[in-house]
Amino acid sequence: MASRSRRAGIALALAGGAGLVLLVVLPPSLPTYVVIVLTECLIYAVAAGSLDLLIGYTGLASLGHAAFFTVGAYTTAIMATRSGASFALALGASVVLAAVASAVIGVLALRASGLYFMMITLSVAMCAWGLAYRWVSLTGGDTGIVGIPRPRLHLAWLTGSGLEFYYATLALFVVCLALYLLIVASPFGKTLVGIRDAESRMRVLGFNTWLHKYLAIVIAGAFAGLAGSLYAYYNGFVGPNAVDLGHSMQFVLMVILGGPGTLVGPLIGAFMVTILEKAVSVFTERWVMVLAGVYVVTALWAPRGLLGLLGPARR
Amino acid sequence: MQFWVNQAFNGISYAALLFLVGGGLTLIFGVMKIVNIAHGSFYLLGGYLGVALFAATGNFYVALAAAAAAVAVGGMAMERVFLRAVEGDDLRQMLLTMGIALFVQDLCLVVWGGDPFNLRGPEYFGRSVHLAGFSFPILRLFMIAAAVLLFVVLWWFQERTRAGAMVRAAVDNSEMTEALGINVPLLRMAVFGLGALLAAFGGVVGSAFMGIYPGLDFEILPYAFVVVIVGGMGSLTGALVAAVLLGLLDNFGKALFPEISYFTLFAPMGIVLALRPSGLFGRG
Repeated sequence: MASRSRRAGIALALAGGAGLVLLVVLPPSLPTYVVIVLTECLIYAVAAGSLDLLIGYTGLASLGHAAFFTVGAYTTAIMATRSGASFALALGASVVLAAVASAVIGVLALRASGLYFMMITLSVAMCAWGLAYRWVSLTGGDTGIVGIPRPRLHLAWLTGSGLEFYYATLALFVVCLALYLLIVASPFGKTLVGIRDAESRMRVLGFNTWLHKYLAIVIAGAFAGLAGSLYAYYNGFVGPNAVDLGHSMQFVLMVILGGPGTLVGPLIGAFMVTILEKAVSVFTERWVMVLAGVYVVTALWAPRGLLGLLGPARR
Repeated sequence: MQFWVNQAFNGISYAALLFLVGGGLTLIFGVMKIVNIAHGSFYLLGGYLGVALFAATGNFYVALAAAAAAVAVGGMAMERVFLRAVEGDDLRQMLLTMGIALFVQDLCLVVWGGDPFNLRGPEYFGRSVHLAGFSFPILRLFMIAAAVLLFVVLWWFQERTRAGAMVRAAVDNSEMTEALGINVPLLRMAVFGLGALLAAFGGVVGSAFMGIYPGLDFEILPYAFVVVIVGGMGSLTGALVAAVLLGLLDNFGKALFPEISYFTLFAPMGIVLALRPSGLFGRG
């Protein structure tokens, strides 16, 4: 059994590596539109991966992840349009502010567990939506913030601005992925899994489980902020819809659809949901119907995600 | 004085609406232990059906009863067909309700389009009662009366009837209740239907009060959740107190600090969670 799961793990790592190579090599020969879609996939993959740290590894079903994503997006949008901040500065500030926001929310949310935790994070996200919608002087209200310029990266050997931003996103994606893998493999990550499976036992063993969960929330929030910052640059526009309920749920869907607690799964989930949306929208206006179907099918038949269906589920 | 009385009255009538939505959600939560994201959809569906049935029959009360009953039946079918299949798994149930919420949202968009509707109601809804120099619109008085009446009936049902005792037993320990020979799955289905009924009732009344339009389902949902969180999950009394609290805070917040009025929703939730995580009337 152990060797089988190890073999599955190796196969997964090989497939992931191959996918990564394709993501590096292919884009220059792809149509611009496809590169744009891939950029979006990568951004959502960063967000979904950070949420998997919570849902899959810590067992905290956070339904409000879009709130931190949006803190990052608005921070970048405001800094880039109103003070002309540089890419690095806006990105850094977004990460820090998202981490601060999740540090505040984390204190509240961790007062509860299980279903209560889900409801609280959900309400927090919806309150964040309300703030984005109504705090007009800061967020621009319903119109949001428009005209966020793409960062100038001065990568002269890349022709076309779409490619330049794509490779910047890809580089950050790889860094995030490496950090996720490091976190998961570290003693800290192992402790998180222990808390997920048997929290009271971990507490008896002397681990400060509250602090571990809290740090997991802050770390995941910071990465979501990074994804949000990239999203602001990618989209050129940030509005309240970035933090609406559907958005938060979509992150959860990506994680569950791909396979929670596998890290690779949620990345695949992010790619699938994003590409499916673009593909379906070509044929019909009823994307929401299709998405509803994906939710129901995932819930009924693939609770451990696609990777769970294939075999190497780790629970 | 005029300002305070008017705002307080508006707050209380809004609270009536919040109680209808949040009370249904708290009932569902207590017995089923699920995060029901489709709860706002019951409200939306109830509102649209109410508008359509009022246009067809011309009788507000018939439209109200029929819309609420139809949504209740739909809710029970949803519980029986979908939710029962994934019982005991929080995340799957949540995803399922999300899928259904999206489905209802798009369905309503297909059937009723993107324009807002207003339910006119009977002619006297437009008039007001004058008392001591203040005027109280009859529609709002009706909302308050309906909410109070429903609260009393539900409270009596839960605390004084045999079926209510079964529900309370299932809230506390569903396995033991089932072992005693009580049909808990049936109970769950009935309670889910009751919760849907309350939300749809709120939807019909609400569409006379503030109209019905696409997106309202997800707009009303945070209020319902906060009512449940502040009041304590599963507690009807808690839902009533929380609804009044939030209705007043929201109204005064909107009037006094329009920019950050959503904070009036978030702040009480934060305070309650910090001091009493199980809610004002929840059993922790």
